[in-house]
Amino acid sequence: MGGYGDVQLLRDDGKRLDGRAVDEMRPVTIEVGVLPAAQGSAMITHGLNVAVAAVYGPMEAHPRKIQRQDRAVIDVRYNMAPFSTSDRIRPGFNRRSQEISKVTAEALESVVLVELYPRSKIRVEIEILAAEAGTRCAGITAATAALADAGIPMRDLMIGVASGKIEDTVVLDLDKAEDNYGQADLPAGILPNTGEIAFLQMDGDLSPDEFNLAMDYNFKAAKEIHDIMVDALKQKQTRGDA
Amino acid sequence: MSKGQSGAEQRLVTPGEALGSSSGLRNGSGVIEKEGQFYSTKFGYLHSFNQTISVTPSHSSYMPQSGDFIIGYVVEARSNLWFLQINGPFQGLLPMSLAPWKVEFGESRKHLDIGDAVFARVQEVDESHNVVLTMKGVGLRKIGEGAIESLPAHLIGAFLGKQNANIIKLRDSTNARIIATDNGKIWFDGDVESMRNVRTLIATFKQCIHSEELQVLIDNL
Repeated sequence: MGGYGDVQLLRDDGKRLDGRAVDEMRPVTIEVGVLPAAQGSAMITHGLNVAVAAVYGPMEAHPRKIQRQDRAVIDVRYNMAPFSTSDRIRPGFNRRSQEISKVTAEALESVVLVELYPRSKIRVEIEILAAEAGTRCAGITAATAALADAGIPMRDLMIGVASGKIEDTVVLDLDKAEDNYGQADLPAGILPNTGEIAFLQMDGDLSPDEFNLAMDYNFKAAKEIHDIMVDALKQKQTRGDA
Repeated sequence: MSKGQSGAEQRLVTPGEALGSSSGLRNGSGVIEKEGQFYSTKFGYLHSFNQTISVTPSHSSYMPQSGDFIIGYVVEARSNLWFLQINGPFQGLLPMSLAPWKVEFGESRKHLDIGDAVFARVQEVDESHNVVLTMKGVGLRKIGEGAIESLPAHLIGAFLGKQNANIIKLRDSTNARIIATDNGKIWFDGDVESMRNVRTLIATFKQCIHSEELQVLIDNL
């Protein structure tokens, strides 16, 4: 994330290569209840990213050594499909997917009311079908929608969004080129109703002012995605396939 | 406070949604109070009853409570106890001493084998969520006939109706024997025609549970 001086990511008119303004998000759609076998499920398209999440449980936590006597554990498995990128990914768990699974589980544990289900496990499967930068955020959003669909109690709906810096300019929602050749990336898990942050990572350098601006962009985008998620949940209910 | 059921259409709420001031009201299931405000914790329909605000989730798992009447399936038989799948996060444990038969040690499978369904009652749920079942009591028995359908456990109350009015109507109109249990199972038995009718009605009930069509369905029974 050191930046590549010779790669132009902003056009002369100040817009980005795909024509978006600096504070403009890629188009987002969410569909809830896409997998009949899961207790809750959701699919999100965020730009060219496609993520599907499925929730199973609460169920008895196995093996027993992972049980917590006072709360449930959230077991997240994030995986990118081999065909999700232009270069085939070797199937199976790798260090990156382990890291994302871990941080996603920790973020969800701060949002889900885990104390209601002692000794239980809530299993969350996130499968990335197509990737174009921002898959961990898309996965978090899909997982939240799937948890809500499964009737798991939560303090708020957590939304995954990211801002970053390209050519010394703070921009919202990096695409692949901006992610690869930009100077910084700031993904966050935001609770739009309470204004809390459940998850925050930073790759690259941002000054305090740039950080604040990036977080303002993240909060603005989180509210937009939150509205889309609420609509998707309500649509599923009115479809009558609950 | 927002009205949960002010009209025929109920209000759908999502986790984190503000439900209004908590003054003079109590929070029920699916609602938490924070700084004088109620917030929803589940995705579902808002209900207001007896000064208590609650959210009926659109989908939820069965959480066993002491005294619940359930249908369970035997998934494991040990020398002196059985483990039953009760549609909840944890399996139920039925000890030999709480079975209605005199069972010799090591002969548990002579009475209940894997796959058998039983009517049972939840005797006890401890703080670690161990669920102890009993089959000692009126109507608790091994199920040897009829069919079993499932409903989300939180909809069983609506299926039964006030003072079991809906299920009594259903029994009268179909001539079938019907028993609904707290863990979202419905057992029914009768002739082929009546069982087909019950199955159709349960499927229709699932689809229109939160709409005005439910009352029309019940009125037409």
